Amino acid sequence: MATPERFRETIPSDLQEAERVQERIISLLETMEFGARDVFGMRLALEEAIVNAIKHGNGMDPSKSVEILCEIGDERALVVITDEGPGFDPKDIPDPTDDDNLEKPGGRGIMLMKAFMTRVEYNERGNTVTLEKLRENGEESED
Amino acid sequence: MAGERRLDIEDVGDVTVARFIDKKILDENNIQKIGNQLFGLIDEDARRKIVLDFSNVEYLSSAALGKLITLNNKMKKAKGKLRLCGIRPDIYEVFAITKLNTVFDIYDDRDQALTGF
Repeated sequence: MATPERFRETIPSDLQEAERVQERIISLLETMEFGARDVFGMRLALEEAIVNAIKHGNGMDPSKSVEILCEIGDERALVVITDEGPGFDPKDIPDPTDDDNLEKPGGRGIMLMKAFMTRVEYNERGNTVTLEKLRENGEESED
Repeated sequence: MAGERRLDIEDVGDVTVARFIDKKILDENNIQKIGNQLFGLIDEDARRKIVLDFSNVEYLSSAALGKLITLNNKMKKAKGKLRLCGIRPDIYEVFAITKLNTVFDIYDDRDQALTGF
């Protein structure tokens, strides 16, 4: 079994920097031959999680940064994202699929992360999110 | 209207077909530009039948979904109609998970979306 690929980066609250790190993680997944579905899910979850950290966590404050820890191995991809915000309780986010919320524009990011990742976990303070994706069996999807 | 063009616009009879140029509709900046161009079709050009063609789109974020919802609400207020088409299975799953497949009028392809519009 190969040694997992690991890196840690600290970026400013800047969406272009966020995109650069996302691309770094995605190309690592592709190098490690994760399937298209895994890559799709990870790209979506990363976008939501890092943008949340920058916008809602750090409030776009350029003096605050986001730390991203990435570890990709044969079995799984793990990304841990920490912002410098006060944190939040994910339970406070209303269910976007409730009839009352269905036509409101916001509040779908966390739901999408949970749908596409194997595990999404927040720390107690709510300023660190862990995204874990186990490699799916059978890399060839039906479509 | 300020900002670069993010959609190809074509008129088919009284229907406007707007096709996304980008493969990824993720970042805020891009979504803002797309939103402005689409809102302009309703507010400035008074189009009341719009088909949004997703056939180029490979990735979509929740921020993009938010913009589409705002567009749909705007269109309803203007008593117009919005149809979506050409959504690939991965992306359709995003709509299904968030139950937005029940909010939007979704068709397999452009021809189907234009039929009877």
